[in-house]
Amino acid sequence: MTEIFSWPFAAEILPALLRGAVVTFIATIGGFFASLIIGAVLLALGRSKQTAIAWLGRGLVELLRSTPLLIQVYVLFFVLPDAGIVLEPVTTGILALGLYHGAYVAEAYRAGLDSIPRGQWDAIESLRFSRFAAYRYLILPQAIAPLVPSLGNTFITMLKDTPILAAITVPELMFAANDAGSQSFRYVEPMTMAAIAYLVMSLIAAFAVFLLRQRLGTRYA
Amino acid sequence: MALIWEYRFDFLAGVWWTVKLSVLSALLALVLAIVAGVARSSKLRVLRIASGVYVEFFRGTSALVQLFWLFYVLPYLGIDLTPLQCATLGLGLCFGAYGAEVVRSCIQAVPQGQLDAAAALNFSYFQTLRIVILPEALIMMMPLFSNLLIELIKATSLVSLITIPDLTFQAKSIITKTYSSGNVLLVTLAIYLVISLIAASFMRRMEKVLSRGRQTGQPA
Amino acid sequence: MSDMITFDKVDKRFGQTVVLDQFDFRVARGEKVAIIGPSGSGKSTLLRIIMALQDIDQGKVSLDGRPLWDAAGGKHRIKPTRKHLRDMRSLVGMVFQNFNLFPNLTALGNVAAAPRHVLGLSQAEAEARAAALLAQVGLSDKLQNYPATLSGGQQQRVAIARAMALEPEIMLFDEATSALDPERVGEVLEVMRALAHERDLTIVVVTHQIGVARAIADRICFMEGGRILEDGTPQQILNEPRNERTRAFLRAVHLS
Repeated sequence: MTEIFSWPFAAEILPALLRGAVVTFIATIGGFFASLIIGAVLLALGRSKQTAIAWLGRGLVELLRSTPLLIQVYVLFFVLPDAGIVLEPVTTGILALGLYHGAYVAEAYRAGLDSIPRGQWDAIESLRFSRFAAYRYLILPQAIAPLVPSLGNTFITMLKDTPILAAITVPELMFAANDAGSQSFRYVEPMTMAAIAYLVMSLIAAFAVFLLRQRLGTRYA
Repeated sequence: MALIWEYRFDFLAGVWWTVKLSVLSALLALVLAIVAGVARSSKLRVLRIASGVYVEFFRGTSALVQLFWLFYVLPYLGIDLTPLQCATLGLGLCFGAYGAEVVRSCIQAVPQGQLDAAAALNFSYFQTLRIVILPEALIMMMPLFSNLLIELIKATSLVSLITIPDLTFQAKSIITKTYSSGNVLLVTLAIYLVISLIAASFMRRMEKVLSRGRQTGQPA
Repeated sequence: MSDMITFDKVDKRFGQTVVLDQFDFRVARGEKVAIIGPSGSGKSTLLRIIMALQDIDQGKVSLDGRPLWDAAGGKHRIKPTRKHLRDMRSLVGMVFQNFNLFPNLTALGNVAAAPRHVLGLSQAEAEARAAALLAQVGLSDKLQNYPATLSGGQQQRVAIARAMALEPEIMLFDEATSALDPERVGEVLEVMRALAHERDLTIVVVTHQIGVARAIADRICFMEGGRILEDGTPQQILNEPRNERTRAFLRAVHLS
């Protein structure tokens, strides 16, 4: 080994890394949508009129936010099969990402709803909108625009959290890079390429969020 | 639960590593955050660009990727670090970048009127920074730093993947020894929760100490 | 003439503060009443109670002979269910000081939203009704504007059209011109004056602007400390007030 970075070796492992990147992409998208749903459920639990349920919801959010994602991943990976639920590693990973980030999304939802001025609720009540119509046509459209930045951040953070899924053998990009390294005992190329790939992917994601914000921002001030 | 008691010293050893690593990397991150954050709001273009590249690079790649890179690639470049040094450096660099953004945004949030007043008093740049900007910005930073500290404590679990025997590492090795995952993980979750809660209450106390005597009326 | 609004010995407190104190109040069908008085005198709370946005601690409130609130010792004798409140609200429309337009909808969308989703009209019918109302308030050229692109006066005219779109029998105006620039008050007042000519519409206006009260009302009540201290024709209240507090208030308003 004379040179530190071997281009031919880099070219050789590129296809494997790209396959890993596809899994990373799938896990990110899956985890994102899971977190949108789980976040809504957690918020609804936390706002329940039943005190016990509300405590459960808030406790769950606190637990999910105060403990490492890696441990939560292990919990699902080891404990679900014991409970008779056998999932693909990637499904387990998506579920774990959804739960962990769902707790953050619930907070974002809450902030979005709280940002709607009291006067809006007065107007809605005085015009006799049903709860469903109020949320569907008036509240959600207003709450979504301010949500875009924080949900965008969630998406980007999610992308950067996917390497953790390598710990439960999800064949994503980091797993592929590690695999390529351990087969050849050359780590410089796969690790560097993986790092660059994450940088590029998160820059693209950040740009997409920026464009989305611009489009939504011009609708109404 | 008898099982947990049997492995109590393994858990304790893990907690010790987790706490040590959290403290060391938090200190490194704090220094980096202030330096890079001040540099990002500097008038000198070179400093702005250099710190911008640092921040964007380390925020753009994930903490685990950075740890793996330092762990696997540095030896090939002739730099040999112990796993502890490697982990401290990795987490410190990563969270220093996040912290720098906090520092920058809080510096920008210092009202222009205060800067005008400092200019009128003929303060130098460093005097303004030291006497006016940083003390003011620090109070705004505290809640954000508190969040970052929790994120950092959680991220220390990643070092288990580069052979450091922290709490997560110990939990995993107890599981492989005993095949009992549920209880072990439950206890591990609880320990992390307690560490996070202690860290959060410590930060709240710090915030109170720092803003002592400043909150006379309603918040700005 | 039947009573459209009746307050019967109503108490309302916020913590220690007494907002309405053994409050009696009657408005006949088609009457145009202005409530004037210093801020904190309970004027806005009065309107919010009629709109069923706020409950009462004690007493009775009826609209068009139907009981809206009936409470004793902080306990509701009529259960304030959503259904009851929504039923009662069908009689009432309200215009707010800060407009409270929906920022995500155009002017047309704001006015059409309730006819579409509350009355269940078709989109086309709802928009036709909205367009007609917006024409009445002189905003035919602003149908597709979002609230953020309208002046305060224009926004308030949209809000009036929005409240009228549900064809209420009672219209409430809560300091509707107070958040406007002085040169914008006229255009909103013009619209309110046009509504005041509708014989069957009952109007209650809360304001601290004497000009607004004079322009709309055929009866003015002076309110302070949770009670009506003086009640009479505009001519009598504004020109020859009998109560000392009314005189003090009018002097203060004329000075400013």
